[in-house]
Amino acid sequence: MKFPSKLAALSASAACLTLALSACGADAPKAAAPTGETGKEPVTLTLATFNEFGYESLLKEYESLNPNVKIQHKKAATTNEARDNLTTRLAAGSGWSDIEAIEVDWLSELKQYPDQFVDLKDPAVEGRWLDWKTEAATTQDGHLIGYGTDSGPEAVCYNSSLLKAAGMPTDRESVAAMLGTTWDSYFDAGKKFVAAKTGAAWFDSAGAIYQGMSNQLEKAYENEDGTVIAAENPAVKETYTKVLNASTKDNLSAHLGQWSNDWVAGFQSQKFATTLCPGWMLGVIEGNATGVKGWDVANVFPGGGGNWGGSYLTVPAQGKHQAEAKKLAAWLTAPEQQIKAFKAKGTFPSQVEALDSEALLGQTNKFFNNAPTGKIFAERAKAVGATPFKGPKFFAINDAMQQALTRVDVDKKDDAESSWAKFLTAVKSL
Amino acid sequence: MTVTDRVRPQGQSADEEQHSNRSVRRIAVSQRLSRWDIKLSPYLYISPFFLLFAVTGLFPLLYTGWVSLHNWNLIGGQGRFIGLDNFGFVLGQPYFWNAVGNTLSIFLLSSVPQVVLALLIAAVLDANLRAKTFWRMGVLVPFVVAPVAVGLIFNNLFADQFGLVNELLALAGLDPVRWHSDQLASHLAIATMVNFRWIGYNALIFLAAMQAIPRDVFEAATIDGASRVRQFLSVTVPMLRPTVIFVAITSTIGGLQIFDEPRVFDQSGLGGADRQWQTLTMYIWELGWGQRNFGRASAVAWLLFLMIVLIALLNFLLTRRIADQGGRK
Repeated sequence: MKFPSKLAALSASAACLTLALSACGADAPKAAAPTGETGKEPVTLTLATFNEFGYESLLKEYESLNPNVKIQHKKAATTNEARDNLTTRLAAGSGWSDIEAIEVDWLSELKQYPDQFVDLKDPAVEGRWLDWKTEAATTQDGHLIGYGTDSGPEAVCYNSSLLKAAGMPTDRESVAAMLGTTWDSYFDAGKKFVAAKTGAAWFDSAGAIYQGMSNQLEKAYENEDGTVIAAENPAVKETYTKVLNASTKDNLSAHLGQWSNDWVAGFQSQKFATTLCPGWMLGVIEGNATGVKGWDVANVFPGGGGNWGGSYLTVPAQGKHQAEAKKLAAWLTAPEQQIKAFKAKGTFPSQVEALDSEALLGQTNKFFNNAPTGKIFAERAKAVGATPFKGPKFFAINDAMQQALTRVDVDKKDDAESSWAKFLTAVKSL
Repeated sequence: MTVTDRVRPQGQSADEEQHSNRSVRRIAVSQRLSRWDIKLSPYLYISPFFLLFAVTGLFPLLYTGWVSLHNWNLIGGQGRFIGLDNFGFVLGQPYFWNAVGNTLSIFLLSSVPQVVLALLIAAVLDANLRAKTFWRMGVLVPFVVAPVAVGLIFNNLFADQFGLVNELLALAGLDPVRWHSDQLASHLAIATMVNFRWIGYNALIFLAAMQAIPRDVFEAATIDGASRVRQFLSVTVPMLRPTVIFVAITSTIGGLQIFDEPRVFDQSGLGGADRQWQTLTMYIWELGWGQRNFGRASAVAWLLFLMIVLIALLNFLLTRRIADQGGRK
């Protein structure tokens, strides 16, 4: 009589497995306004962030202010890890935290699923952020999916010892004046620099320059209705040609792929004089160029302002404590708290009021020749124009574009024309 | 099984008329049960593996096939049924064929030297060495290092402008190799990472098999005047046949699914600006997670599966033949 009982046990375990599998297919709840009340029942909120948001001590402060709330903080090491996590759980329809931090670049994709996020629009927080910061997180029908945390206003960092070697001005104001406010004037200054034959190039990578330039295009690759215009858009081709002319004809580029090992090493061997730098890039440059003297920041950005990076806090509609979560997200992204996070980890705030705070404006950076970086980046943040439109295929097309630039600038295996043809093929296959 | 078959009819026919119908039936039932027990139990004992495999192996395999017949977005989920359109699309993509070529090239550059070198190292380790365990554990050290860490280290060595390898080449008066631009050079660099990681592991498997070879065979060969090399080729290698087949097939499966090393070979992880080192698994990743198109990604996954089965079969036949010939000499 062993066999039937064994069979029963087996079929029972098989049934469990089937049940476990089918549980994965549950539908995601739909919601627009947050559900639930605040300040009554004891709740435990989960908060998922990545890298360093500088929230550690703030969370303790919030817990002591709101005795009914306990916060569990989950921190992913990299943005890639956080993004994979987020999309996988979005696809699964469950498993998100009560508050999920997201990067600005993910917005184009996530805005396609506004049902997944609580609409955070609230008169109490209106005007808290710089306009472009809020606009980027608002869908076409006015659904605000995230509260802004930090931002990445861009300036130009330069190596003053190389400029000096080329007989060019080295102090911040004169350099800013020399670089000018257009890309043409930036490239012209580069031609003069290269003509002085210091052995270094003007900028690090064609891809990095393109990134700065294309972020100023109103819409580069897609129309709002989803049609891909990357191939026909004259602005894209024009930017592409301009960057590659600077790279190959005028030889302004150090021909390094951004973030490659050669690029990192290029800081030590002083291969280039300037690089576009959002606030968070200062730490990267300092790390890569340890021991190199002469780096400084010019309060200017060609072609108007530019923003690269920055994050938001969202409240997913899956959550059980949406009202409490929204309250916490609003508190964390208030100017006072964001200034504390800035002091803790240097995350540059995106809140209007925070940009005028003494703590921020008084900040200087020793590595960058004691530049008043707080003041410079506050001004750079205010110079950022409208947010460019980025559709759902932005990532894929932009990758193809970066590869097209790399083929010419770094690999030198294609010329601008043949690489453009390959780019068109890649776009067509999406 | 055969014993019970033979016993039962005898017992039944002899007792049939003396016992009541009921007790006969009871004996028949319990006998039948014990026969089932003998017949079925072995399968039940090994069934947990197959049940697990059905859930974690077979189900995903079939489900991937189902997904590949649909428009399927990573986030949006299942779309329209479109038959074999996804297969038709990816088969028409130059990037697909490029990835097939890269995968095969990296596979050959890594698997062949891997098996040959592992065999040689195993032969050396099999000899009388001082501090045997130390050397044997030593060859396994690279295997303990995470593939991504290996990737990062080798990436530094193979950097185009400031990499150690190119600086050594320059010292020797040679031109630097463009590891990240040139297709074959990038394959060599990636194959080096794979070999670094797997040679020691395979060497240990070979070593274990070598030690199972009876020593008197070698003694006889020595008495016959066979040299060490001759012994290795005519005795060791043929007697390792099943192990060689095993290693060849596992390295085929691993080699064709290679992902980590090429993925971390540059900062963007798409296989180079001209897809110089994009493998099939990376192409699956790009389609599924980059472009969010699970339908097409699944189609490539199935094509890769078929390719692996085909090449593993081919490998099996080839290695069997090579080993056979060695045995006849």
